[in-house]
Amino acid sequence: MEFIVITLIKTAIIAFVLLTTLAYLQWVERKVIAHVQVRMGPSRVGPHGLLQPLADVIKLITKEGVLPPHVNKFFYLLAPFFAVFMALLSISVIPFGTSITLFGHTTAMQMTDLNVGILVILANSSMGVYGIALGGWASNNKYSLLGGLRSSAQMISYELPLSLAVASPLLIAGTLSLREIVNMQAGYHFGFIPRWAIFAYPFPQIFAFIIFMISAFAETNRIPFDLPEAENELVAGFHVEYSSMKFAAFFMAEYANMVTVCSVATLLFLGGWLPPWPVAYGSNFVASAILFVAGAVCIYHGLNPARPFDRYTLPVFGVMFFGLGAVMLVPFMVPVLMPLFWFLAKTGFLLFVFIWIRATLPRFRYDQLMGFAWKFLFPVALLNLLVTGLLVALAS
Amino acid sequence: MDHLFFFLFGFIAVVCAINVVLQKHPISSALSLIGVMGSIAVLYLQLGAPFIAMAQIIVYAGAVMVLFIFVIMLLNAGSEEQRGRSWTAQLLGIPALMVFLGLIAYFIQRWFGDAGVVKFDNFQGGTAQNVGYALFTDYLLPFEVTSVLILVAILGAIVLARKELD
Repeated sequence: MEFIVITLIKTAIIAFVLLTTLAYLQWVERKVIAHVQVRMGPSRVGPHGLLQPLADVIKLITKEGVLPPHVNKFFYLLAPFFAVFMALLSISVIPFGTSITLFGHTTAMQMTDLNVGILVILANSSMGVYGIALGGWASNNKYSLLGGLRSSAQMISYELPLSLAVASPLLIAGTLSLREIVNMQAGYHFGFIPRWAIFAYPFPQIFAFIIFMISAFAETNRIPFDLPEAENELVAGFHVEYSSMKFAAFFMAEYANMVTVCSVATLLFLGGWLPPWPVAYGSNFVASAILFVAGAVCIYHGLNPARPFDRYTLPVFGVMFFGLGAVMLVPFMVPVLMPLFWFLAKTGFLLFVFIWIRATLPRFRYDQLMGFAWKFLFPVALLNLLVTGLLVALAS
Repeated sequence: MDHLFFFLFGFIAVVCAINVVLQKHPISSALSLIGVMGSIAVLYLQLGAPFIAMAQIIVYAGAVMVLFIFVIMLLNAGSEEQRGRSWTAQLLGIPALMVFLGLIAYFIQRWFGDAGVVKFDNFQGGTAQNVGYALFTDYLLPFEVTSVLILVAILGAIVLARKELD
């Protein structure tokens, strides 16, 4: 009974946080791309456009859901549901931190710790193809069919280097449970270089990490591999015929996949919630320091406003940042908040890289995409796995 | 709880399997087959083989069925046309099915008659380590022979595809 109640509470919290993150990831992406392109980005709804995601959600929910007459109704309606279901399912095995004790109950900061956790994520990502492929096919439209075909071909091709890149840190960790994989990366070489998988002892997994990230871009259909929705060739690709919430479901699936992939990269290669340098050298104070600096910058710009409303909004953010920074220093909160902070910081940085690359790189051509996967990425991933296996066997 | 889930997913597997045959459109049949694979993976999970269950989903429900659907979508196969059933099928269909089911029941009784009821949570040897050890010790020869077989199949596919190009 206790287990069920705790699990339900955790599910509710994680679902709420994840869905809010997905909505605000959209805002972050628009803001970052806007600033890269020297624009303002969303700035009308709420201070600095912070309520824009809310407005988008209300717009998408209240819009009329057009059901085109020529579609295969059952699969047309099933596809977005399936895509978003598979994308959200993966978050259930991802650990965010160590454990938390509230009112005498101790529980891990994770919905469930499976001993095949990483395989569950791979299985979900391989099932996620159906949402896009079916959506493209059921729309009965040549553009969406082409988009669906491209997407399934691309995702099958890039799943191979992705799986091979995942396999090599697993060889070093010797387990499939995500929590244990992170625990295996604890400790420091020479007292200050973290034992993360990218600096692992027999063979550093930096190549596996790069291969993983490249394949992850293709798996989540992001620029430079967003061929399934290439606007100038396919109008909008597999979701041409989708409107209102059904369209939003595909977007949610894409963002949820991004979050999952970045979390997995953090857990497998970047040591999950472990700090990048020892607590003895003050890694616990980094979070507060960053937040205090952010708060100070906000208050400075609030006092010297560039725009009239900055005088009212920025000091509020400054005080919020100072408050958060102070909370991060409270001794009994540190063991809970520090792992969470490092996990979110690393995942957030990887998500920023995703957005950064979207703002920077052009799209691949289709034959380049396939040739790159099969002729370059796959052999390199295989070689990396072979060398890792050999060195792990020699070292043990 | 275990029995509830066993019967639930066993039922889903059987219904999906029947649906594969009943559906007229190839895509519907292929999706039903995914349902079968998924439910069987849950049964593996219940029997204490999480690695096999996940491999089932990744390989069968994921990779193999994606290829099926890919081919169906590429060929743009339409619904099958229903023709009148031949008189042999009408006359012998149900009796032949009965005989077939009877034969299966007989052989199960004959070969596995002394088998007990499955106890869930009883089997612990289904982890990735166990499967790996078994593959590279007891079943090394079958494993390698299968790899060679698949290699031959790949080469055959390449040869056939090259002929098409000329």
